[in-house]
Amino acid sequence: MRYSDNEMMALAAGRLIADGDIVFAGTGLSILAATAAKHIYAPKAVIFFETGGIDPALLEIPMAVADLRVMSGTCLNAGLIEAFSIAGHRKLHTIALLGAAQIDRYGNLNTTSIGDYHRPKMRFPGSGGAADAASLASGVIAFMKHEKKRFVEKLDYLTSVGWYRGGDTRQQLGLKRGGTIAVVTNLGVMKFDTATKVMYLAEYYPGVSVDRIIGNTGFPIDVSKALEAVPPCDNELHILREVVDPQRLLTG
Amino acid sequence: MNSYPEIADKLMSLEEAVRRFIKDGSQIALGGFTVTRNPMALVYEIVRQRARDIHLVCHSNGQALDVLIGAGCVKRLEIAYGGNGRYAPTCIRFKKAIERNEIEFEDYSNYQMSLRFLAGALSMPFIPTKSGLGSDVLNEEGFSREVRNEPKVANKKYALIQNPFSVEEDDVVLLPALTPDVTILHAQYVGEDATVRIKGLTFADVEQAKAADVVIVTCEEIVPRSFIRLDPDQNTLPPFFVDAVVKVPYGAHPTGCYGFYDYDPKHLNLYKKAAEDDKLFQEYLDEWVYSIKSHEEYLEKVGKDMLLTIKADPTLGYAPGLDRK
Repeated sequence: MRYSDNEMMALAAGRLIADGDIVFAGTGLSILAATAAKHIYAPKAVIFFETGGIDPALLEIPMAVADLRVMSGTCLNAGLIEAFSIAGHRKLHTIALLGAAQIDRYGNLNTTSIGDYHRPKMRFPGSGGAADAASLASGVIAFMKHEKKRFVEKLDYLTSVGWYRGGDTRQQLGLKRGGTIAVVTNLGVMKFDTATKVMYLAEYYPGVSVDRIIGNTGFPIDVSKALEAVPPCDNELHILREVVDPQRLLTG
Repeated sequence: MNSYPEIADKLMSLEEAVRRFIKDGSQIALGGFTVTRNPMALVYEIVRQRARDIHLVCHSNGQALDVLIGAGCVKRLEIAYGGNGRYAPTCIRFKKAIERNEIEFEDYSNYQMSLRFLAGALSMPFIPTKSGLGSDVLNEEGFSREVRNEPKVANKKYALIQNPFSVEEDDVVLLPALTPDVTILHAQYVGEDATVRIKGLTFADVEQAKAADVVIVTCEEIVPRSFIRLDPDQNTLPPFFVDAVVKVPYGAHPTGCYGFYDYDPKHLNLYKKAAEDDKLFQEYLDEWVYSIKSHEEYLEKVGKDMLLTIKADPTLGYAPGLDRK
């Protein structure tokens, strides 16, 4: 079966979610990935939103984290402070799914602006709950469009802390857990070296060359451990299209 | 209008609520979140009365934020997120105002802003958190030194302390409390005793309301005391926090209101198109705000068909099958 970039990305990220994870979801790819994970790989995973919707039924895809669909069929409807108390809770293994405009080799993310902060060339929405989730959750999976201008040596603005400056610098900041565990792009999946916390290529999608990924990354990237990703199977695509997004708002 | 003697002194029109409580230069917090429960009817009245120099304090406000900025009401902004879901991944007039250097702004995160409201609600001067350590959300100051000396602006963006209860190195962030002049929010129900009941998610509305000097609540329905007190577990705010109540059915349109109506994708798309262009945006404001004489006229303009289309299913709380593209 043919599949789109969005579908490959949603499934690649969904496969990284473990059964029982408490998943901090946003919109777009993030909600596709989280819901796909729950239906395919991690039935005991729980999806929640920073707005306070905990474990909604998600019969339809929400278009914003405050969409009425995130408050329907939940176990609890709360608010932001309650939601962030979950994101950072020591008893819970929480995974945040975040998108960004820029990323650096340590998995730090920018969702605020390009150019000077005070007089930006391009302004984005800002942190929202991203900086919080990146600070508090057990791990972050980032979604990126794989382009040189997005995979940069230095972020124009560091909104959400990943591995900060590598090694144990994140911990030295006072953040006791968390960090970016994977970056899922339209070309492949990146992970981070356990000691240096530098990004490396873990998987490239079928039909994508390693050279193309190197050419679209704005800093040197280790590709020596890269393997070809498993393409989506018919069952995964069927669930994604018919169960997760029956209205085809995101799967096209 | 005065059929609710218990709140006769709080019950008023949009016009009176804005005239009495919103001043040029007011610091205002908006209830709701991106596409949901924005107090739009009241926001339109603020625009009609041409309030100026407003200092908005926001977590993730969408439509209300964008209209207020676009109409030139806002001078200063503290914000975590300016976006409106799929309909404006970055709020359009917000984006333009920042890129054109038209407003003073400073970024925080959603949790940080919520905690700052909570600090205000708890009558505390500041509040600790771990969130944002090492990030530019803390390190990049948006406001100048001159702005920091003005009333209602914290003289520092944040402070860093060593955890006083730990012998090991452990940094903690302190954030300044927020105490807005006015918080405006839209609720599903207000009791005739002024008890407020919000259904669905409350976001940070409770903290925003308790942190403020004045609270204006617009609502879908005013309900009898017997109804609101029958199931008090469902209630959100006690009466004495509420200074003004305005009954405005569909008062959050084009944003959604759980259990009552969904967001209006057609209007949000129309807004998006208008907001991209300065001239079209002025025409939008003329057509949908300035020339509108009453909320009833506004609803007539939206049209019965659309109001029925977005009407929420009472069990699901939203409009299933709504064309949201």
